Amino acid sequence: MLDRQTIADRLAGVGYIADPALATALQLMDMLQRPLLIEGEAGVGKTEVAKALAKIHDTRLIRLQCHEGLDRADTLYEWNYQRQLLAIKAREGGDADATEAHIFSETYLLERPLLAAIRQPVAPVLLIDEIDRADTEFEAFLLEVLSDFQVSIPELGTIQATTIPRVILTSNGTRDLSDALRRRCLYHALDFPDVDREAHILIARVPGIDAALALQVARLIQRIRKEDLSKIPGIAETLDWAAALVGLSVSRLEGAREAVYDTLACVLKTREDRSRVTPEVVDRLIGRVA
Amino acid sequence: MRPNLAAASDLGPAIRRRLAGFVRTLRDNGFRLGLAETRDALCLVAASGMNRPAEVKPALRALFSGRRSDWEAFDVLFDAFWRGERVKTRVAVAGANVSQRTMRSLAEPDRSSGTGGMPIDVSRGSDASDLPTDPAARREGASRTESLARTDFRKIADPEALAAAHALAGRLAKSMRARLTRRDRAARRGPRLDLRRTIRASLATGGTPIELVRRRPRHKPLRLVVLLDASGSMSLYTAVFLRFVHGVLDQFREAEAFLFHTRLVHVSDALKEKDAARALDRLSLMAEGVGGGTRIGDSLADFNRHHAARFIHSRTCVMILSDGYDTGAPERLGAEMAALRRRCRRIVWLNPLIGWDGYEPSARGMAAALPFVDLFSAAHSLESLMALEPYLARL
Repeated sequence: MLDRQTIADRLAGVGYIADPALATALQLMDMLQRPLLIEGEAGVGKTEVAKALAKIHDTRLIRLQCHEGLDRADTLYEWNYQRQLLAIKAREGGDADATEAHIFSETYLLERPLLAAIRQPVAPVLLIDEIDRADTEFEAFLLEVLSDFQVSIPELGTIQATTIPRVILTSNGTRDLSDALRRRCLYHALDFPDVDREAHILIARVPGIDAALALQVARLIQRIRKEDLSKIPGIAETLDWAAALVGLSVSRLEGAREAVYDTLACVLKTREDRSRVTPEVVDRLIGRVA
Repeated sequence: MRPNLAAASDLGPAIRRRLAGFVRTLRDNGFRLGLAETRDALCLVAASGMNRPAEVKPALRALFSGRRSDWEAFDVLFDAFWRGERVKTRVAVAGANVSQRTMRSLAEPDRSSGTGGMPIDVSRGSDASDLPTDPAARREGASRTESLARTDFRKIADPEALAAAHALAGRLAKSMRARLTRRDRAARRGPRLDLRRTIRASLATGGTPIELVRRRPRHKPLRLVVLLDASGSMSLYTAVFLRFVHGVLDQFREAEAFLFHTRLVHVSDALKEKDAARALDRLSLMAEGVGGGTRIGDSLADFNRHHAARFIHSRTCVMILSDGYDTGAPERLGAEMAALRRRCRRIVWLNPLIGWDGYEPSARGMAAALPFVDLFSAAHSLESLMALEPYLARL
């Protein structure tokens, strides 16, 4: 089992700069074998945590994107009906019992994320993304899978987990989750990174950016987030923007206000926000960070 | 691998008692913790060696928190507990819900000292310093400018008449819900084929799908979000409306209620109390600004910004119960109404003044809001509320 510092270092090695609290939570996940629920606004890097975790453990990332109306067939398993139909036709006139036994065998089973996650030879990272978008019924069902790590398929019997996956759930609060699910999970509230951490992220992820520019961009984005915007830019937006600035060979923000204003499309994604951040506002913001 | 329980039993009884005490404190402050969490915490502390409490703080925080409010309150509680002084009363943190216990102790004034058994339904003056509670547990953000006078909802009419009104409201809400769900079911047939069930059924006929099974549509139940104006100008109606809202919350599977005057308060939890009298007790405490001015625009802005994403989906009807007298700028109200309109399916504005003869929606705020309202209707009597049912059923 890795300790906190090792986890943080390895995450940094694959380009994810984690704060100590998150590293602790990830360590606990392994220690107590509980899922980790990460809550935070869109764009704070919730999904990235799972991707980075899969990288440092050198294992598969199995992702289940939740949406309304998600059910067992989408998440657990499904029979391959077309093949089953063909098989029934091919064996027409044969022994009916044998045919039934044959078409409900592993060959005709299609794995969906949850079943796949418990049947890996090496424990994978299972990312259940935006669990708040799924229905409450699915939440209850998920709870059952996450506590037993076994799945029963009526035609096949119970399938036990070969390995227990590391489970990460993310939510950005469009619906309140049940207490049962919250109790089952460890919890981490992820916020936008502070200037320092965001600058580190930029250095780690944007090739060719120098430290001074990274710091300026991080400071500027911090200011922009404090403006009265309808959609607050996330880390992905910062990365895009920094890459755009590097691509335009901007080395310092001051004196490059044209480029900054023109590339704001990477950051501001609604019309109101765009009209709110005028060239004058950009000047003011650059003046503060330079 | 999981640290085993043997390790946990190595801990001295003192530290175990102390940790149990900490868990109890957290529970008192609204954390939902079971035995499993305590056990895991013991293992964790045993595994870490526990030289200083600060070392295990991040770990305990991840383990014990379940939601953002827990996450934010944890630091304060942890420090208060492990730095010596025990927190007996709850430590209120901005944004945390007012716990049931505080509400109850407030609602039973006899236990408190100093007020001499003054019943809670006596209206207090603006001097609220003798409130039988610790200052930290008072509603966050209540400023001096807001009227602290508490209007008792039960005092407005005689209790019997009000109970009758509530019963009627409850019945109405119930019938509304029953019809809504029945119509929902009757109205839609799923067009999509359920291949899984079809094939399963076809086994009986040698693989020929004779009986087609269709996928049942999953429908979102209609959600009702009620925003109730509890300002001074509405005080004559607030009591009845509150009863109505309580009835609705009781009966609808998905309903949320907010109260606003100078600011917005989320009151669903208080109203979900089964006992009507107790629910109203709790409410009258939460509505401390009742009787003051109204800032509808600001309250709506607050709703749009902080609550809308969570409470509004595509089948949500927002019901605003207000007379439209806004002390804020009408432009602000108009803009927020427009934003709200984009999110939800319908906006119903119930205005008790419509029942008055010769009423025109001439108040500037009301006029600004009107273009975004789908149904603008009277609400001065229960009959007028009942007239809404056919409209809601069509949503």
